[in-house]
Amino acid sequence: MAPSSRSAGSERAGARREVVYLDNAATSWPKPPGVVAAMVHYLEAVGANPGRSGHHRSAEAGRIVLAARRAVAALCGVQSPMRVLLGPNATWALNQAIAGLLQDGDHVVTTSFEHNSVLRPLTALAGAGTITLTVVPGSADGRVDPDAVAAAITARTALVVVNHASNVCGAVQPVAEIGHRCRERAVPLLVDAAQSAGAVPLDLTRQGIALCAVAGHKGLLGPTGTGALVLADDFEPDRLRPLLLGGTGSRSDSLEQPAVLPDRFESGTLNVAGLAGLAASVEWLLGEGGGPEAIGRREAGLRAEFVALAEATVPGFQLVGPRGGDLTGVVSFRVAGQSVSDLAQRLDDEHGVLGRSGLHCAPAAHRALGTFPAGTLRFAFGAFNTGEQVEAAVAALAAIGERRPSP
Amino acid sequence: MTTLHVLFFSTHHALWAEEVLRTAGMTARVVAVPRRYSSDCGYCVRVVEAPEPAIAAALAAAGVEYDRIVRDTDGVSS
Repeated sequence: MAPSSRSAGSERAGARREVVYLDNAATSWPKPPGVVAAMVHYLEAVGANPGRSGHHRSAEAGRIVLAARRAVAALCGVQSPMRVLLGPNATWALNQAIAGLLQDGDHVVTTSFEHNSVLRPLTALAGAGTITLTVVPGSADGRVDPDAVAAAITARTALVVVNHASNVCGAVQPVAEIGHRCRERAVPLLVDAAQSAGAVPLDLTRQGIALCAVAGHKGLLGPTGTGALVLADDFEPDRLRPLLLGGTGSRSDSLEQPAVLPDRFESGTLNVAGLAGLAASVEWLLGEGGGPEAIGRREAGLRAEFVALAEATVPGFQLVGPRGGDLTGVVSFRVAGQSVSDLAQRLDDEHGVLGRSGLHCAPAAHRALGTFPAGTLRFAFGAFNTGEQVEAAVAALAAIGERRPSP
Repeated sequence: MTTLHVLFFSTHHALWAEEVLRTAGMTARVVAVPRRYSSDCGYCVRVVEAPEPAIAAALAAAGVEYDRIVRDTDGVSS
């Protein structure tokens, strides 16, 4: 059910202009019912710091954090909520996993469909001579071959990092197949689930995933400033060094970082207001929302509807990336003769259709897709978008094409 | 009335334990650690009229990590 009376993803904005929000890969909007109320409740009626004091308000704040932790654990198929390490975003989670696990002389395997939040930390470590790096190329239809990933693993490989769902073209990688190959070689698999969590089912043990980075504000439908690194039940946490050291509300008599999870990785006060919203959003997602599989199927359906309608009615429309297979609601495209940035600006200015143009912080993915450096225009259909909005977006593209000035 | 206190290494585990023990039907509540007990975190869970083995079994089954369980009457670690 949409959280507003108007068509989902639309609003009378400050400028009193209705928008069609198709930028859910950047951050999802709108949020499910109860998210804002949960955040307001914490800020107005609880307010305390979780785990830092013994009074009942502090305990209540801690229960809010526990609810978020438990919800994310359920979403990822992890038994212990203490294996959900909470932080500000997926980028933090990926950095915590990469910098926390790798040591001098290690080899890492990753793919060309990674976001910069994976490729930048890995490139920095490789540039410093700490690690060696193999980037497995993906195909022009957005896929990575699990056998190619397995073939890149050597005796020195300490980590495989794979993007679950592309933020550029929506392709979903076969992480379970990759995970099983990694498990056979006893190499931990880190999955960047920033674009998949909430829209693609996750079960870390079944999929052979050792570590999983999720964003709270994208497919999980929570507020910005929330994310998590989730450790599989069989991953040995002592292998991971914490990025941050400091106060945890536990072992205050000691100058050493506590070993217990999640304290070891959660120094400093958490974003409790954000986590209150995240708990509410994930509980909605797993309940009334129908679960990741249903939401993902619906979003992929809107993507397919958009592609079919645009190809039929928008002159020069060019789909970039896969047409079929496992997909999310993310789609990249170009329109012949138009720059993607100009097109995005006109969609916003003239029609209130909000997408994202450019390279989407994933230049290697655009190279694989053959769209570097010009980039693409990306629409990302979310949990609350509708078929009417798909039609409105296509109509806007067609109208801009008709009014395009002659060269 | 027998009152037990469960002491923890982490406030997060204390809050989780409260939830686990309540789900198991026990009367459990997170409270500040009484000064007479040393603890690694500021919370403990007070459990009223529940046998210690049942508390230990419920926490172990869920995977909650705790330091020890003490009787309120004498403070002796059990």
